[in-house]
Amino acid sequence: MKGKGWERWAAVLMVLPSIILIAIFVYGFISWTGYVSLTKWASTAPDYTFVGLANYQRILFGAGIETQRFYIDIRNFVGFTSLFLFSCIVLGFGLALLIDSRIRGESFFRSVFLLPFAISFIVTGVVWRWLLTPGTPELGSTGVNKLFEYIGLGFFKPRWFTDPTVFYIADNTALGGFLNQIGLSFVTNPNWGISVGTFSLVLAATWQLSGYVMALYLAGMRSIPHELREAARVDGANEYQIVRYIYIPLLTPITLSVVIILSSISLKLYDLSVSMTGVGPGFATDTLAFNMFETTFKATRFAQGAAIAVILLVLVSVLIIPYLRYSLRSETTQ
Amino acid sequence: MKQSKFLYALIALAMLLAIVPAASAAPNTAVACTDTHTVVAGDTLSLLADKAYGNVKAYWPIMAYTNYANLDDAKKYPNKITNPDVIDVGWVLCIPSQADATAFLAKFDPTKPNVGLLFGTPSSGQLQVGNWWTSGGEFAGINGVYDLYKKAYPGVELIHAGIAGGGGVNFQASNITKLQAGDPFDVFMLHAGKEVIQYDPEKYLTPVEDIVEAGEGSVMPDDLKKLLTYKGHMWTVPLNIHRGNVLWVNKKILADNGLTAPTTFDEFFTVADALKAKGIIPLAMGGANKFEGPQTFEVVLLGTVGPDGMLGLHDGTMKFSDPKVTEALNTYKKMLTYTNQDRDSLSWDQATKLVIEGKAAMNIMGDWADGEFVHAKKTAADYEGIPAPNNKGSFLLVSDGFGFPIKAPNPENARNWLKLITGKEAQEVFNINKGSICSRTDCDYSKFDDYLKSSAADFKVSRVIPIIVHGSAIDPAWKTAFTDIVIKFTADGDVAAAQAALVQAAKDAGVAQ
Amino acid sequence: MTTETALAREATTEVAGRRGYFNWWRILLYAIAIIFTAYYLLPIFLMVLTGLKSYNEINLYEMWSLPRQLSFQSFIDAWVGSPSVAGLGRNFVNSLRVAIPATLISAILGAMNGYVLSKWKFRSADIIFPLLLFGMFIPYQSILIPLVTTLNALRIGGSLEGLTFVHIVYGIPVCALIFRNYYATIPNEMIEAARIDGANFFSIFTRIMLPLSAPGFVVVAIWQFTNIWNDFLFAITVTNNPANQPITVALNNLAGSFTVEWNVQFAAALIAAAPTILLYILLGPFFVRGLMAGSLKG
Repeated sequence: MKGKGWERWAAVLMVLPSIILIAIFVYGFISWTGYVSLTKWASTAPDYTFVGLANYQRILFGAGIETQRFYIDIRNFVGFTSLFLFSCIVLGFGLALLIDSRIRGESFFRSVFLLPFAISFIVTGVVWRWLLTPGTPELGSTGVNKLFEYIGLGFFKPRWFTDPTVFYIADNTALGGFLNQIGLSFVTNPNWGISVGTFSLVLAATWQLSGYVMALYLAGMRSIPHELREAARVDGANEYQIVRYIYIPLLTPITLSVVIILSSISLKLYDLSVSMTGVGPGFATDTLAFNMFETTFKATRFAQGAAIAVILLVLVSVLIIPYLRYSLRSETTQ
Repeated sequence: MKQSKFLYALIALAMLLAIVPAASAAPNTAVACTDTHTVVAGDTLSLLADKAYGNVKAYWPIMAYTNYANLDDAKKYPNKITNPDVIDVGWVLCIPSQADATAFLAKFDPTKPNVGLLFGTPSSGQLQVGNWWTSGGEFAGINGVYDLYKKAYPGVELIHAGIAGGGGVNFQASNITKLQAGDPFDVFMLHAGKEVIQYDPEKYLTPVEDIVEAGEGSVMPDDLKKLLTYKGHMWTVPLNIHRGNVLWVNKKILADNGLTAPTTFDEFFTVADALKAKGIIPLAMGGANKFEGPQTFEVVLLGTVGPDGMLGLHDGTMKFSDPKVTEALNTYKKMLTYTNQDRDSLSWDQATKLVIEGKAAMNIMGDWADGEFVHAKKTAADYEGIPAPNNKGSFLLVSDGFGFPIKAPNPENARNWLKLITGKEAQEVFNINKGSICSRTDCDYSKFDDYLKSSAADFKVSRVIPIIVHGSAIDPAWKTAFTDIVIKFTADGDVAAAQAALVQAAKDAGVAQ
Repeated sequence: MTTETALAREATTEVAGRRGYFNWWRILLYAIAIIFTAYYLLPIFLMVLTGLKSYNEINLYEMWSLPRQLSFQSFIDAWVGSPSVAGLGRNFVNSLRVAIPATLISAILGAMNGYVLSKWKFRSADIIFPLLLFGMFIPYQSILIPLVTTLNALRIGGSLEGLTFVHIVYGIPVCALIFRNYYATIPNEMIEAARIDGANFFSIFTRIMLPLSAPGFVVVAIWQFTNIWNDFLFAITVTNNPANQPITVALNNLAGSFTVEWNVQFAAALIAAAPTILLYILLGPFFVRGLMAGSLKG
């Protein structure tokens, strides 16, 4: 819209307060954090002595537990995010289809599926910790394992998040040997695996967020013109084909936003794992965000915590910036 | 448009809700008056005392409490009583309960009237107590101390700033950011020992040796005094002493199986094998709070290297590369095979509960676990807390105390608080509830339970070793690394990697290896 | 609009019926719906069940047994407190006092930003908008320290006003996004027509955009209210006086560092979740409709 001169100024003035606030509270603070990460601040009192990239070096290439924990956290992030995205998208899409198929009690089901989204991660964590407490062979099962017993599935006794197992390609397997031969020996390491504990977190996080994904897909489905579906039906398409060739392509932008929103949530995730599993056995369910929090406020290594924060920010940016560019560009071409 | 009508209704409702609650916050009354009496013609304090307590001489407490109430809430109690013979029609008096009156008279000597007691201390403002005690026995304990403080300083508004969770990290995040921002709590909780380093005490805290010395200096154990001192000053006023290396035993399970409580690692494994063979969990362990595994390892380490070795590890005269450390890692690893499989899903108290309920035989935990047994109405016949295997003669010490920020907004009130907690009365009321012994040696243990009596006796004859995992022995960064190493080791059992990491952590902390 | 949907529904049902997958296909659908209902309701069932028990009945191994007698004591303890726990009644009120004004102001700011960014694109708006949006993805842990320092400098540290302010600031990006996308669906022709009638920058906003904004407001209100209500990180770092703490912090404190009264904990969790759950049940259909109205993409 092109307006009179004063109107253009009014438009700028209307958004100016927001822009200033974001400039300070986001970019100002981020720069400050970036600066701190280059200092040697390591107790309550700020110490702005410049040390270059020493903190990054310590985290990324150090010999201590910090480095080990950092790579475990990266592993957890990759494992968690991929499983979490997969289950949320499949479940969210499936449930949206279900609701969209005009079943009776539609609004009831929709409310139920959306319900967990209203609950805080802290509560979710506490409840799921109870549900997934496995019990022991000596004392019997607890939580959902007990429910499995009730319905005759007593043989199924996963240890959930108390299981320290990490699935990875071991050196002594055929695939592991092959990878070693072709020079990918670094892959045959628990840091390139996925911890069993992750599955429990995924279960809880999916419980919480799949309803929201469903709502997004449902909204998308409802805005697909009715005639399109009818036309396809007239042409003899079956339900599967309609989903495959009409729904999925038309809903791709939604899938993209879901991927972005959920992965940014999983990067920032910390209250769920803290209240549910703590850090898990051997950091099986630890997160970068909690690591950063502990490094800063428990070990009071402020500079090192800032370095982790910056790495987190870089990871977020790698994810978000291409997406923002893509979606804004596709908008202008429209 | 139906939708927008709905929306406006919603906004209106929301605004209403935002306004209403502002009015509904109830004020806290610090002074407990069981009755409020407005003076009518013919009233005298003696008559009122007679009516309330059946004792014409018991008018002193009415006078004192009316004065306290006046300090606390001058609107409701507009008058002070300066002379017990003079009261006027229309005055509003505060009549304390029989118990409060009796307690007052026990302290008060009418032949030498104590002005402070009669008029209260005319203090005002707030006292923000930063801490992570928000539930259970510790919450009850700190509330007991609050009651004492309110009685002594009725004008002060007490603010219990409790933040729990994350193994104390949530509280620390709040505490540290406030210190940095120059807007700290008046007093905040910390563990005696090296934990204070992270607060840069010389910059942010007020030294408290004058308060400690005046309050409990003559009756405080030297080991504790040494621990409190950093860079020539004391920075923490201690409130209690916990023991970290206790083996909690379900007596019935052991007796039923013809076993006795183990005092060495060898005995421990013999007992554990016998129990395991019968399908009983020998050692209950938690993991959800992060510190359970590391603390158990620390106890094993202490049992393996001995008290001198442990102090040596703290200061670098013993190396973490020592074969004894390898041995301790192996012993701990073996011990884990006797624990409950689901340990990472249980908090320490749930693990203790397994022992209480007879689902597991033993548990290595600090003596805060004692409160759990007491809470479950267990007595010395059901359980005992003895030194952990190979730990006899060593007392792994954890001490809770308070620090005093330089920029405390209400320094006088903070000072009064710190003075109060050095006292016997405050320490007794706190520690009976929290399940710890006093930081002063002259508490009356007849009121404490059997375990605490034995702990107090043990303390006097044991070597005192500050604890690592709760921040007393080493600085916080090193402590965090130590904890993280054990957490990883507990899951992967890689002895060599764990030992290498322990060596590296000590190096990073500036301790030569 | 309502009639239209009903007609559409009838039509589909008819089609489905005629095609004959009424029998096994429908039954399968319901079976799936019911299984997932169980998945979504099980944790809530557990919370209610445990909340209705007394402390002595709390036992992991008897987690699923019914309470021996119905007791609402846990709920009372959770609300008003008991000697061993602090009640969270006043924290509930605190949360309302933060979430409601913050949501309202966020929504208004969002509408203003969305209006300008969708209809009055000034030069450099194409750079400003993504920069604004990026703000919603940053890990907030990384900005806590400067945040607290700044709030103290503004003299609103530690207060509910301070927390409200923080939520408004970090809510700017998402609210701007929702309104911008929503307003993008309002045809420019409408505005052109209004301009011919003499409407200016402000009157277009107040007379055309705002009256059409209901679905956008619903989505923003739900999104912001839920996020603010459930926020924990800002709450613990910005507020410290328990009289000023929101409900998530109080809830976390119930879990304490030591003994946990699980029955009270779960009762409190239910109390804490009640307003947002209620919001979703009441506004759920509007939420989906709001998402549909274009505020979701991007």
